Amino acid sequence: MSNDVSNQMNTSRRNFLTKAGTTAGAAVVAPGVFLTTPAAAKPADEPVDIERRWGILIDTAKCDDCSDCVTACKIENGWGSANPVEEESSPEQQAQWIRKVGLKNKSTGHVLSLPLMCQHCETAPCVDVCPTGASFKRADGIVLVDKHICIGCRYCMMACPYKARSFIHETITDQKPWAPRGKGTVESCTMCVHRVDEGKIPACVEACKADNHNAMFFGDLNDENSVISQELEKHGGEQVRADLELNTGVRYRGI
Amino acid sequence: MKLALHYREIEGKSTGFWVLLGGLGLLIGLAMGSVLHMEHAGHHVTGMNNQIVWGLPHVFAIFLIVAASGALNVASIGTVFGKSLYKPLARLSGLLAIALLLGGLIVLVLDLGHPDRLIIAMTYYNFKSIFAWNIILYNGFLALTIVYIWFMMERKMNRYYRTAGFFAFIWRLVLTTGTGSIFGFLVARETYDAALLAPMFVIMSFSFGLAAFILVLMAAYNWTQRPLGDLILFRLKNLLGVFVASVLYFVVVYHLTNLYATEHHDVERFILLEGGIFTGLFWIVQIGLGSLLPLAMLYHPTIGKSRPAIATAAALVIIGGFAQLYVLLIGGQAYPLEMFPGYEVSSSFFDGVIGSYSPSIWEIALGVGGVAISLLIVIIAIRVLRFLPETLEDEVVDPHAAKAS
Amino acid sequence: MRHPTVMRTVLRTLLAMLLALPLAAFGGEALPFSELSMSEPQRQFSETQECVQPEEEMRRNHMEYILHQRDETVHKGIRTRVYALEECINCHATRVEETGEYVRADDPRHFCAACHTYASVKIDCFQCHADVPVRESTLNTGNNSVPKDEIHGLAAELQQMLAAEGKP
Ligand code: SF4
Ligand code: SF4
Repeated sequence: MSNDVSNQMNTSRRNFLTKAGTTAGAAVVAPGVFLTTPAAAKPADEPVDIERRWGILIDTAKCDDCSDCVTACKIENGWGSANPVEEESSPEQQAQWIRKVGLKNKSTGHVLSLPLMCQHCETAPCVDVCPTGASFKRADGIVLVDKHICIGCRYCMMACPYKARSFIHETITDQKPWAPRGKGTVESCTMCVHRVDEGKIPACVEACKADNHNAMFFGDLNDENSVISQELEKHGGEQVRADLELNTGVRYRGI
Repeated sequence: MKLALHYREIEGKSTGFWVLLGGLGLLIGLAMGSVLHMEHAGHHVTGMNNQIVWGLPHVFAIFLIVAASGALNVASIGTVFGKSLYKPLARLSGLLAIALLLGGLIVLVLDLGHPDRLIIAMTYYNFKSIFAWNIILYNGFLALTIVYIWFMMERKMNRYYRTAGFFAFIWRLVLTTGTGSIFGFLVARETYDAALLAPMFVIMSFSFGLAAFILVLMAAYNWTQRPLGDLILFRLKNLLGVFVASVLYFVVVYHLTNLYATEHHDVERFILLEGGIFTGLFWIVQIGLGSLLPLAMLYHPTIGKSRPAIATAAALVIIGGFAQLYVLLIGGQAYPLEMFPGYEVSSSFFDGVIGSYSPSIWEIALGVGGVAISLLIVIIAIRVLRFLPETLEDEVVDPHAAKAS
Repeated sequence: MRHPTVMRTVLRTLLAMLLALPLAAFGGEALPFSELSMSEPQRQFSETQECVQPEEEMRRNHMEYILHQRDETVHKGIRTRVYALEECINCHATRVEETGEYVRADDPRHFCAACHTYASVKIDCFQCHADVPVRESTLNTGNNSVPKDEIHGLAAELQQMLAAEGKP
C-alpha cells in the first residue's frame, strides 16, 4: 500500500471489503491503463459520501518540462493526440482536459511550469450557472458533467475561471468505456473518478509518481492524516485565483 | 370631420408582399439548412472554439432578445404612463416584442450542442442558474404579452388591459436585467465583471427595441400606403435620441469605472486601443456610426425631419447595437483569462493568447434566419389580425395637438 | 431540484404519444418482434436466467434499468456492474462472422440498432459511449458470484418506480 488513498482507509472497512467481495475491486487491466494498487475501494454498491473530499496538491518546484501527466490523462481518458479522434476540429477546437502551462515572472524572469486542469472548486461557478444541473459536484467534491443532460450551452465554459472545460466539436467514436465523451457536450478533468471509485489514484498522479517526479499528491483533504493533508499542513499550498474564494480541490505550491 | 381609430388587417395581396414573404422564407430555409449541417457535423464547422465559446449566433440571439423587451416600451408608455399618443401603437409594439423574442430564442436554442435535448432543458432545472431563470422569464414574457395584446383587442377584456400592461412592463424590466445578469455572473471574466452591466442592458433594450419599432412602423405604413403623421413619428424619433444618448452615457461610465480600477487597465487597453477588429468596431461602428451619427441626424433641425434620415438613423442604431454586443461578447472572450497575475503564460491550450474568431457562413445564416423569423411573424400577424390602425394621421393620434398646430 | 418527475413523465408521455402516431396509422400490420433478426448474446447470466432480468422484462423495460443505473453511477459513484451499459455491450455485441470484427452502432446488425431502427426510436447512447466491447467483462456470469441482492434490490426499486409512473 504505497499511496495515500490506501493509507487512510480504516481497517474495518477494508475487512468489510474483503468479505463483501464485490466485483469492482478486481484488478482490471485494459490496454493503456496503468496497473496500480488494487482493492481498498469503497464497496461498488455504496454511494460516495461527504466524509471525504478528494484533492490534488502540485509541487511546482518538482515539476519541470515533463508532461507525463498530460500523456497519461490522454491515454487513460481517450482524448487528444493519443487517439484517432477529433481530426476535424482545429487545434483551437480540440479538447484538452489537462495542459502544461509555462509561467514566466514578468519582473524577476523566474520560470516555472505546472499542470492545469479542472480545479474541482467547492463553490464551483460552472455548477452554479449550468441551467440543467448537468454540471454538478459529487458528494466527495469531484466536479463532473453529466453528459446525459448537458445541452451544450457552454455557459459553464464562460463561467470557469481556469478555462478547464472543452466543448466537443465533432462526432467521436472509440471512446473508453470508463470515460464516455461525445459531440455537443462539454467535458473536463474528472479526477479519474472511475479509478478513484475503485480505490486507485488519478492517472496523472500515478504517472508523475511512476517517473519519480513526485510532484503530485492525491488524497482526502478531510482526513488530517492523509499524505496530502500533512503535506499541506507542513508546506502549504495555494489556490490559483484565490481571490475568487472557490476553495479549489487542486492546490499548488510555489506559485 | 371626426376621425376615429380603426384597426384593420393589411391587404397582403400585392406582388411586393409575396416577394417579401418569399425572401424571408428563403432566409429561414437557409438558416435551417445551416443548423442541420452544424448539428450533423458538429460545431467544428463553425468559427467557435474552446476560447470563443459563444459566437455570432449569440450576438444575434442576445440582440433580438434585448430588443424584444425594448420593443414593448411603446405600449408601456401608452398604457402604464397614460400617454394616449402612444396608445394606437400598443398592439404593434406587443407583437414586435413577441416576434423578436421568438426569433432570438430560436437562434439561441439552435446553436446548442444538443438542440434535440430541448425537453431536458425544460424539465431539468437548476434553480441556482440565472440561465434557467431566464428560460422562465422568457416564457412568462411571451405569455404576459400575448394576454396583454388579447385584452387590448377583445372588447370584453378591455378594462383589464391596463393591469396586463402594467405586469408586462414590470416583467420586461426583470427580463432584461436577467439577460444582463447572464454576464454579471461571470466573475472570472474581466469585461463582464461590472455591476453596471444589468442596468446598461435595460437602457440598451430601450434603444435597440425602439429603433426596430420605428423601422417596422415606417416600413409597414409606407408599403401599405397608410398615412403616418409627423406628430407620432417625431415623438418616437426624439425618444430614440434620448435612448441613444443614454446608452452612450452608460458606455462612457462603464469604461471610465473600468479605467479607474487598476486591475482592469489591461482589458480596457485591449478593447479601446489594441484590440484590432474589436477596437475598430467599438470606435467606428458602435460609437461613431451607431451613436454619434444617429444622434446628430435625429436632432438636426432639418435632417431630423426627413423620413429617410429618420429611418437611416434607426438602422444605424441597430447596426451600432450589433457592434456593441459583438465587442462585449466576443471581445470579452477573446481577451485571455488572467489566472496568474504578474506572469507571462503560455500553453498548448492558448492560455495568455488573444482568442481568434471568424464567423462561418453557417453561423451568419443562422443569425440572419432568426431576424427573418421575427419579421415573418410580424408580417403574418398584421396580415391576419387587426394590429395596425388604418391611419396614424395627426388628427387621429392627437386631435388637440393637431388642431393647435 | 433535478427530478421533477411528474413534469417529466407528462412530457415524456406526450412525446411518446406523438411518436406513436405514425405507428398507429399502420394498425396491427406491424411485423412481429420475432421476425427481427437479432444477434445472440455471448453468454447466459445464470444457469436459469438468460439475461439480468427475464427476457420479457428486459424487452419492455431495459431502458429503465439502464437509466436508473446511469444516474446512480454518474451522480453517486455506484459502480455495480449488473445494469451497466458497458456490460450490455460486452454480452450483446455482434461480430461479423467472416472478419470476426464487431459491428458498430450505426450498422443495422448491431444488437441495439436492430430493434431501434425497426421501432424508429432514436437513441443517442453511442454518441458518447463505446458501442463495442473494449475491456473484459467484470460481471461474472453463469455461476453464483453475481451479487443477487443487487439484482433484486434494484428490480424491486424499479418496479415501484414504474408503478408510480403508471407503467406495467
Ligand atoms: S475549475 Fe472550472 S470546471 Fe472545474 S470546478 Fe472549477 S469552475 Fe468548474
Ligand atoms: S454546456 Fe452542459 S454542463 Fe455546461 S452549462 Fe451547459 S448544460 Fe451545463
